Amino acid sequence: MTTPMRPAYSQESPFKIHGGCGLVGICDESGTRFSGSVAIEAMAVQHDRGNGLGGGFAGYGIYPEFPDHFAFHMMYHDLQAKEEAEKLFDEYFQVDLAEPMPTRPVKGITDAPLLWRYFLQPYPAKLELSELTPEDYVVHVVMLINSTIDGAFVASSGKNMGAFKGVGYPEQIGHYFLLEEYEGHTWVGHNRFPTNTPGWWGGAHPFTLLDWSIVHNGEISSYGINSRYLEQFGYKCTLGTDTEVAAYLFDLLLRRHKLPLALACKALASPLWEEIDRMGPEEAALMTSLRAVYGPALLNGPFAIVLGFNGGMVALNDRIKLRPLVAARKGSVLCVASEESAIRQIISAPDAVWAPKAGEPVIARIKGMDWPIHGDLHLAPSEISCAVTGVEASCEIVEVA
Amino acid sequence: MLTSFIQPEFKVEIDRDKCIKCGRCVQQCGWGVYSFAERPIPDDSKCRACHRCVTYCPAHCITIKRNELVFRDSENWSPALRKAVWRQSESGGVMLTSMGNDKPYQRIFDYLVLDACQVTNPSIDPLREPMELKTFIGRKPDSVEVESDGEGGYRLAPGAGMENNIELATPIMFGGMSYGSVSLNVHKSLAMAASRLGITMNTGEGGLHADLYPYTDNVIVQCASGRFGVDADYLNRGVAIEIKVGQGAKPGIGGHLPGEKINKEVSTTRMIPQGTDAISPAPHHDIYSIEDLRQLIYSLKEASGYKPVGVKIACVHNVAAIASGVVRAGADYVYLDGFKGGTGAAPQIIRDHVGIPIEIAIAVVDQRLRDEGIRNQASIIAAGSIRSSADMAKAIALGADAVAIGSAALIALGCHVCQSCHTGCCSWGITTQKPELTRRLDPEWGAERLTNLVHAWSHELQEILGALGVNAVESLRGSRERLRAIGLDASTCEILGVKPAGM
Ligand code: SF4
Ligand code: SF4
Repeated sequence: MTTPMRPAYSQESPFKIHGGCGLVGICDESGTRFSGSVAIEAMAVQHDRGNGLGGGFAGYGIYPEFPDHFAFHMMYHDLQAKEEAEKLFDEYFQVDLAEPMPTRPVKGITDAPLLWRYFLQPYPAKLELSELTPEDYVVHVVMLINSTIDGAFVASSGKNMGAFKGVGYPEQIGHYFLLEEYEGHTWVGHNRFPTNTPGWWGGAHPFTLLDWSIVHNGEISSYGINSRYLEQFGYKCTLGTDTEVAAYLFDLLLRRHKLPLALACKALASPLWEEIDRMGPEEAALMTSLRAVYGPALLNGPFAIVLGFNGGMVALNDRIKLRPLVAARKGSVLCVASEESAIRQIISAPDAVWAPKAGEPVIARIKGMDWPIHGDLHLAPSEISCAVTGVEASCEIVEVA
Repeated sequence: MLTSFIQPEFKVEIDRDKCIKCGRCVQQCGWGVYSFAERPIPDDSKCRACHRCVTYCPAHCITIKRNELVFRDSENWSPALRKAVWRQSESGGVMLTSMGNDKPYQRIFDYLVLDACQVTNPSIDPLREPMELKTFIGRKPDSVEVESDGEGGYRLAPGAGMENNIELATPIMFGGMSYGSVSLNVHKSLAMAASRLGITMNTGEGGLHADLYPYTDNVIVQCASGRFGVDADYLNRGVAIEIKVGQGAKPGIGGHLPGEKINKEVSTTRMIPQGTDAISPAPHHDIYSIEDLRQLIYSLKEASGYKPVGVKIACVHNVAAIASGVVRAGADYVYLDGFKGGTGAAPQIIRDHVGIPIEIAIAVVDQRLRDEGIRNQASIIAAGSIRSSADMAKAIALGADAVAIGSAALIALGCHVCQSCHTGCCSWGITTQKPELTRRLDPEWGAERLTNLVHAWSHELQEILGALGVNAVESLRGSRERLRAIGLDASTCEILGVKPAGM
């Protein structure tokens, strides 16, 4: 009489997940797009920072043929979950394309859920009735799916971007999803070392919401208050992960409270009071207000985070730098990673390599892209590049019979 | 006719071999236990077990023991209940008592444990790393609005940013205790300590004595139902104004300071004639509903140039809805006083049987304000009774912005919790106006002890934060995830928003 449990979005809670990780973020500020294989290579070097229980990537600018559609990457445990989710999509969106995610068999990748992607646009009449912005409308549907449809999980939901993640080492996951065939101007990658074994693909990183994607190495010891703070604004932190909380906080501060990126980073990794005391009166007043108002949003504990978005990325360390983060620049390319080796693997002879200071954000911004740029990204449509670069060396690809 | 069935509670024993017959005990006792006839002769029936004589006896030859009279066992009629009936059938009056509820109700703080970091996230060493306790009490905007400063940076948009807030160097305040119920030297000790510590003391409802004017940057002035000592100058002197609606030890009950405590100084400070009883009505006679409270809050703000105005309420059954109303009425902070909070005098029946625990009150008020999206509009101050830095850390984790201490501060000054403040004879010179007793407390010495206590608790809080792996108190505030319950029933856990240990 026992039917196998369908994994719920909330499966990973109520246990908070602990774990270390490796991460990478690469952005070409000129807007030039490059293959996802670069991100795979950078993660492959950091193989030992994970334990094969989670890897993933997010790429931006990867769907130039659908720049104005919300691209939903979905994971389904079974067909019933797919049916239920698609019913919801039909209700809320005009579905302009629905297709299975292109994948290839890779040794070591098993138990993949059903992976589909959809290119959606809100029904104008329904959107108007909802009195929501298109972004809030999408967030509403994401929360609805994740909290009410067991076995369905939204891996990503932004425009001209997507998350590719699962249980496995990142280089395996990257090859599984044929990332070398996508080109993006910004990539983030993640390698996970969870100390529990949920075995659910949705639990891998990056975590995303709208255009935001987050990869994160660390342990946010203030999780309890961060999630309670977010609940006040309608976010449901059902996944129980630090990364989810960080993504929602960025969404709240940047999109809803309209804080400039640099100040949002100051709210999340605030300067110490003794530093504020040394500031001029105007800056001190600003920082004091930021700290007092956003105290519940302060990300406290060891972390290194990379936030990707359509228009660039930002890397941030906790306020006393308890997790590794290295940055490098070569020309218009900015790269951050947990280990310098990852940077050296993909950038030969960088112009500069440095260790960002605690709480000081490293920001990459694509030239000519306004920010925040939800809804107004227009890259020239072109075909998805199919150039396969030499990534085979970094993991074993199973030939399809 | 026998006047009383009630036998002495304590036995005062003097080791006659050691006694040097110096007579100091006679002089030290505030209740006149001792007479002297070649040697000290104690009258057990007057002893309150305040240990003043024990502490000051140079020969260490005094012992106070419980008078272990055996009563025939009855779980129903405890000796205390039998004595209460005798006492009331003798006097026909309401039994008075003081300090906090001493009944063995479950002390929820003692069933909550804190988390700590191991391996996956590092703990932080507070001796090496900054560990920030600074706290702002008052209304905060929903968000921070900024504008470009024209030089690539940002500044606060006009009118944006934090309003007038009370800045605390550590999330501890001294709770309201009026001059009149405590001595002027106690007030001075509190004010001096508060100003050294960067925290606040609270006048209580008895006005502000002129000797405290130098410390008013660290004083919250209270406005209670008796309006003692309240005028425009008073309202403008402190950093904030507190409307006292209720007190945890006696919710729904007013106050009564007997005329014999109203000496010249108290009378000037309270602005009432010398020797008259100072009666605080149970309700404010201008507050009979929440909109009246709003009017008073805004009148006080108008009168004070928009200083923060807090409201102190006793924790009663419906505290969440009341607190929500108080915040919507415009209060900058809600001071929650739990049913174990102290008092200088209260009917015992009220002190021991009315109100709810502070732990529950913090949890439901914090959650209610969050549910209503108004948590940022007011701070929560928890009191009644915070007994240690552990209680403080747990109160903050449940959702309090800061704690207020009253009893703990008095204990630092020598109070031995003999629960006899209402007699006005405190041997420690704390809750008395008798000059020969009040001069026992040197304000300089008192301030130093209070400063030590708050420093000690702050260091302990820093240790707790470090173990939790966070370096600012705001990351503990409301973080119930860092608490677990041991041995609390499921519904209490749910109300507290705390998981049982093991989950
Ligand atoms: S203070 Fe001590 S030594 Fe002095 S008379 Fe009293 S009991 Fe004796
Ligand atoms: S203040 Fe004095 S009278 Fe009141 S309990 Fe403390 S020692 Fe006893």
